[in-house]
Amino acid sequence: MRKKLIFDSDLLTITLQRLCHQILENHPNFSETVIVGLQPRGIYLAQLLHAQLEQLTRQKIDLGFLDVTFHRDDYRRREVVARASETKIDFLIEGKNVLLVDDVLYTGRTVRAAVDAMLAFGRPAKVELVVLVDRKYTRDLPIEANYVGKFVNTLESQRVLVELESQGAENNKIWLINKE
Amino acid sequence: MAKLSQRHLLGIKNLTTQDIELIFDTAANFKEVINRPIKKVPSLRDVTIANIFFENSTRTRLSFELAEKRLSADVVNFSASGSSVKKGETLLDTVNNILAMKVDMVVMRHASVGAPHFLSRHIKANIVNAGDGTHEHPTQALLDTFSIRERLGTLSGKKVAIIGDILHSRVALSNIFALRKLGAEVLVCGPPTLLPKYITSLGITVELSLEKALAWCDVANVLRIQLERQQIKYFPSLREYTLYYGITKKTLDNLKKKIIVMHPGPINRGVELSSDAADSHHSIILDQVENGVAVRMAVLYLLAAAN
Repeated sequence: MRKKLIFDSDLLTITLQRLCHQILENHPNFSETVIVGLQPRGIYLAQLLHAQLEQLTRQKIDLGFLDVTFHRDDYRRREVVARASETKIDFLIEGKNVLLVDDVLYTGRTVRAAVDAMLAFGRPAKVELVVLVDRKYTRDLPIEANYVGKFVNTLESQRVLVELESQGAENNKIWLINKE
Repeated sequence: MAKLSQRHLLGIKNLTTQDIELIFDTAANFKEVINRPIKKVPSLRDVTIANIFFENSTRTRLSFELAEKRLSADVVNFSASGSSVKKGETLLDTVNNILAMKVDMVVMRHASVGAPHFLSRHIKANIVNAGDGTHEHPTQALLDTFSIRERLGTLSGKKVAIIGDILHSRVALSNIFALRKLGAEVLVCGPPTLLPKYITSLGITVELSLEKALAWCDVANVLRIQLERQQIKYFPSLREYTLYYGITKKTLDNLKKKIIVMHPGPINRGVELSSDAADSHHSIILDQVENGVAVRMAVLYLLAAAN
């Protein structure tokens, strides 16, 4: 199995800072903005962004976790069924600006399901997508991210592996892996 | 990765402990869904489910129907009264006719033991047993154990007493299987005539005295006297039964500890459970009903994926 490092710890810190500032540029007033991390892996990135943005804006920002398992369109069409995780959104997103956060953008099906699932919590004024890694030319649906950590050219046979300290990894590292 | 070991839910007997844990975890997620402002997810929108009830039911049938609708499935209902069953159609013919209309799953209640097992050998659709005679009622046992787990955190090592008409109760048998698989200790209590002869072979104890049973247990699951299934007299009178095995608020308050009281419904108030006991803080009867929808959503969701 061949691995290629696409993010190390330092680069990730810089990229997160850049993402936060890009977000702040478009959201001068953060009081109407909420952050929603997508389960299972987007929540770690959401927590990191949330902590930094709260520090930068010096105000409390709502953070929620959304599980999209029951809204997926590939349910019953895949060999393995994804296991559901907890949805925890303690606020209404009616009329809010929502920042959806996930680690990797691949086919776009998770994001489609997320937009669908989110509507159960109200009608947002605006929805934007933040991803750490955008796998180019792999989309099944017309979905693009508004804030991207890094664009990566990948093959279908490759996989992006995200290891974060908050997930229990030793160091913050993101790899591109060739599946055999 | 989450998959049941079975294509049908015929009974708790065929489930593995992992299956039960998977159903619980999924049900916990669905419980969150049914407490949202919009209580619906689109998971089963391409699935058609037939609820076929050859026996009376309110709770189970409503609960299944709500679970199906919350999952966006298409639902057709069928009850034996007012159908061609009365004209002499066989079970297999009835079900095959329903399936010819392209139904993917069948939820069935039938008065005969093994009816869903028989069907599972002849038809392709997934089958959920919603009660077969005096044999099993798996979703009831799953929601009962799920409700206990919710209250006590775990079932392992907990003491559960099942009290009442064990002989005619499918709830009792399914509960015993589920509780044993999850590591709980089980005791059955009731008049000797209503206890099956070889019940101890399931790894449980028998207690004839209600006081001793209540003093021993953490949870009391109280069952209804199923007069409609009793062809002969098993005890002199309902009044005498209530005198020996009826639970009142006073009996519960006299215990040295707080126990949980459950009942699968319908309650015969004043017979096995007095009104003040059924409505007391000991009782989690309405939690059971709420959890019933979540647990049934989990079962249907996981079975639909098992194809």
